[in-house]
Amino acid sequence: MKNASYEIRPGGAALVTIDMDGGAVNVMNDAFLAMFNEVLDRLEAERDNLSGVIVTSGKSTFIAGGDIAKILELRGQGAEAGFAFVQGLKAQLRRLETLGLPVVAALNGSALGGGLELALAAHRRIAVEDPKAQFGFPEVGLGLLPAGGGIVRSVRMLGLMNALPLLTEGRKLGPAQALKAGLIDEIVADQSALIARAEAWISGNPESIQPWDRKGFAIPGGDMFAPANAGAVAMFPSMIFKKTKGLLPAAERILTVAAESTQVGFHAACELESRAFAELLMTPAAENLIRTMFLQMNEINAGASRPSGHDRRKVRTIGVLGAGMMGRGIAYSAAISGIKVFLKDISLEAAEKGKDYSRALLEKAVERGKRSIEDRDAILARIIPTESIADLADCDLVIEAVFEDVALKHAITREVESVLRQDAVVATNTSTLPISMLGEASRQPDKFIGLHFFSPVDKMHIVEIICSNQTSPDTLALAFDFVQSIRKTPIIVNDSRGFFTSRVFSVFADEGDRLLKDGVNPVVIENLARQIGMPVGPLAVQDEVMMDMLLRSFETNRLLDEQLGDNYASTYEVCGEFCDLMSSIGRPGRSAGAGFYDYDEENGSKTLWPGLKERFGGDTQLPMDDIRDRLLFRMVVEAARCLDEGVVANVRDGNVGSILAFGFPVHTGGVFQFIQSCGVDAFVARAGELAAAYGPRFEMPDDFKSTLNRASAPASRSAA
Amino acid sequence: MPHAAYIFDAVRTPRGKGKSDGSLHEVKPVRLVADLLTALQERCDLDTAMVSDVVLGCGQALGEQGGAIGKAAALMAGWDDRVAGCQVDRFCGSGLETVNTAATRIMSGMEDLIVAGGVESMSRIPMGSGGGALFFDSELMTKAGSVSQGVSADLIATLGGYSREDVDAFALGSQLKAAEAKANGYFDKSVVPVRDAVGQTILSHDEFVKPNTTMEGLAALKPSFAKMGAMGMDAVCLAKYPEVASIDHVHTAGNSSGVVDGASAVLIGSEAAAKDLNLTPRGRIVSMALVSTEPTIMLTGPAPAVTKLLARTGLSVDDIDLFEVNEAFASVVLRFRDELNVPEEKINVNGGAIALGHPIGATGGMLVGTVLDELERRELKRGVCVLCIGGGMGIATLIERI
Repeated sequence: MKNASYEIRPGGAALVTIDMDGGAVNVMNDAFLAMFNEVLDRLEAERDNLSGVIVTSGKSTFIAGGDIAKILELRGQGAEAGFAFVQGLKAQLRRLETLGLPVVAALNGSALGGGLELALAAHRRIAVEDPKAQFGFPEVGLGLLPAGGGIVRSVRMLGLMNALPLLTEGRKLGPAQALKAGLIDEIVADQSALIARAEAWISGNPESIQPWDRKGFAIPGGDMFAPANAGAVAMFPSMIFKKTKGLLPAAERILTVAAESTQVGFHAACELESRAFAELLMTPAAENLIRTMFLQMNEINAGASRPSGHDRRKVRTIGVLGAGMMGRGIAYSAAISGIKVFLKDISLEAAEKGKDYSRALLEKAVERGKRSIEDRDAILARIIPTESIADLADCDLVIEAVFEDVALKHAITREVESVLRQDAVVATNTSTLPISMLGEASRQPDKFIGLHFFSPVDKMHIVEIICSNQTSPDTLALAFDFVQSIRKTPIIVNDSRGFFTSRVFSVFADEGDRLLKDGVNPVVIENLARQIGMPVGPLAVQDEVMMDMLLRSFETNRLLDEQLGDNYASTYEVCGEFCDLMSSIGRPGRSAGAGFYDYDEENGSKTLWPGLKERFGGDTQLPMDDIRDRLLFRMVVEAARCLDEGVVANVRDGNVGSILAFGFPVHTGGVFQFIQSCGVDAFVARAGELAAAYGPRFEMPDDFKSTLNRASAPASRSAA
Repeated sequence: MPHAAYIFDAVRTPRGKGKSDGSLHEVKPVRLVADLLTALQERCDLDTAMVSDVVLGCGQALGEQGGAIGKAAALMAGWDDRVAGCQVDRFCGSGLETVNTAATRIMSGMEDLIVAGGVESMSRIPMGSGGGALFFDSELMTKAGSVSQGVSADLIATLGGYSREDVDAFALGSQLKAAEAKANGYFDKSVVPVRDAVGQTILSHDEFVKPNTTMEGLAALKPSFAKMGAMGMDAVCLAKYPEVASIDHVHTAGNSSGVVDGASAVLIGSEAAAKDLNLTPRGRIVSMALVSTEPTIMLTGPAPAVTKLLARTGLSVDDIDLFEVNEAFASVVLRFRDELNVPEEKINVNGGAIALGHPIGATGGMLVGTVLDELERRELKRGVCVLCIGGGMGIATLIERI
């Protein structure tokens, strides 16, 4: 049998081992359905001679879910094709659970999405105790819903209230959690015990029938109007809206289908699940999420942007220069990933203080039961505070994270290189200063690179890697490997002013300030920014970052402009103007207790400073769509310019970077996917309207369509 | 108007606290209405065979309160078999809807005598128990931006700048006016005590009124809708009203309508019925209006409903002597007052639902009786009853004393 083996065990059970050709994991696609159809045909034919069925996998995991390529193919074919495909899968699963034989899903590893749905169609789910195994419904993260009966069966099995969090949040559970949640029935110690236990269960339960196929079956907790459910059912839509702003339709649809499935019979419930899948499949959000958060993210993780021909290397020891906010976060992130860190500052005391940050975070993790005490101690032992540069002699990589000052960074680079091995790499963490300029102090500029971390480092899972004009591909490869080893996503950008993420995000703040200056009600500016899907409004974000700090970086950029003959600062000059103004009147931002907002320290609340309306009016009426689009398009146009200028080389780094670094609305799939989703011509036309009405900052680069096509070409995979 | 629609009489039960310790909790809904029908029959010396229909409003038409309860009540009251019956759900507007429906049927000349009114035993059939897509279907709720009515009321207060003190002061006024009216017997004309089978009184007067209410006491109550707001309903409001920075959650149990049990019945008929049955018209239903507005803020229907009503009749606010504006929440009435510039002294002169309670489907019929009693007591001419309704609707009726 192709893609699976079929074996009759001595006890009379059929052991079906799914093993799809040509991949590390089993995924559900046409070949899978063909295979499973063959399996079912044979099971049905031999039923009278069988004692039961065991379904397991020949891979290290059970089934990873639907084949993403197949899902995109279905999207291309249309809603009816999507409906037909999931109906086909459902029909197979229904055949399995109504075979009249006890069916055991022997989960030798992770069962996600469609894999878990197949398991739910079995009468018993037994999993191996494997710390890496995960069980869950990740479909919501791709803008879809579980359409292999996953909603219908989990609600009928667990009850609406227990099933909904698993379905709408897409959380992946380990074996113990999955057992507790009721997704699996038992756990065995290892692979060898798995089939034996499955056989034992079959012999003890010859008359297996699904609970929902028994007469008089009632869903645990009752239907959507039952007392246990009604209150939550009425509350959930707004709770989901608060999270999604109505921009990600999947969670709301899952809720609708799950609730409605309690009102109807099994068959009708399955139908409406398939219909909702077909509907979601055709939403732009589904395609955007699949392309960026799955396909492009996988390309990045697989090293598509990493230079080819350079062996993967493991960074074992790093030095971090400067134990301030960024340095201490980098030290923590490296230490939890098994890397030894020398954390150097001016004094041992300052370095220890930097290490305290890790102590506090780990203490919290221990308190919450997320880490063991041994784990904590081992991590802390990897962070060695020091005041002596000589301690860094054996580092593979040194990351300098001192104050943004060229002279200081030059001096530090020279100092550290004097003790380092020849093959060591020096990285500078900066958001503003050109890497080529910083690299001038290096004795080996080819081994000098920029690593732009984001704050807070432990929570921000992205690093912008910036090559100078002299950085070698080998150095870039090492930096890439290091960033991946600390479980962050590397995006590669060129050494242009503001790099990529800072440049694009600065104009968001700038456009917010321009709207304020135009006399738009600041409340409207902030609310509409959140409405388009930004995590915080442009005014709030400037308060959080602190406008005195933004002003310093703006002034640094001005100086650099003079030195280099650029005019980068002008791209966000109104932001600079406001940072100057707000700082000068003693309202630089949150840490100072006053910025664009007033802060109430007692109850932690904030309200927009009434002085804004006094100074800027706040009664200018602009079309709401213009306000939304000014905020959104401004970032996207700037990103388009970055692509045009080669600051980023491909759409995936820009898309993933924009979402992870500054929270560009995830439903758009990132800055470039947003353009593709709108349609390039439609986007360019709207940008043109905005440019005509509000200024040339909305003008798109010429012939952007060609640029975008070039940058969207599939990744040419490296040997790595 | 081809035919005039007269009000011959209007009765109601006292309003009992709508909890398990409320006096009317032990009385089944059909009995609440049936005894009102008996009272109408006695007061008007009515040949019940002449009544064509008993149309009752009810917000939660299920269980012992469901199934065309108007017919059930007619049978329970021992009315003639020829009397039909039904029930109507327009949420809080149900009761007034039945009055308007009955009036239009009379005005059309198709019928001569109809009982309108409503019933709601909120202690026995709690709000929400009837379900409904508007409150439970997530697809629709997301599309329409549905929030809890309390959050809508808080949004109205936020937009109108009504502070906690403003809404509490309004609530205090409602309590004091209602207490005075009750003490002076202004409600006695309409209120029919609820008695058991052997004639013992179960409840004779409205029991929800709190005459000792103070501003301090009101101020001590916790906001009822802040938690729901924080869980996500505020976000839904802000998405529709981006000029609002945050919702000011000012409504509490003290400045929102009371949860009560009660029923109402209004006998509406034609000139022919008056003559044939020797009935004396007390009032006339002049005109009516129904509107619907933006569903998230939901409770702003009253002003546009009255505007529509006045436009149709060619009258102005000055021509109306009394307004009964259902006190679903304090902010609803404050907004109505401000939108139409209605003098304070014309609105809810004997208090409202904050003090007396709001038995959802029964309230409309109660307001008609209350305004008619007060027009008679003050010897005034025109009164308007108006209610806000879930889903954004508003309903109004203009009554003239005869």
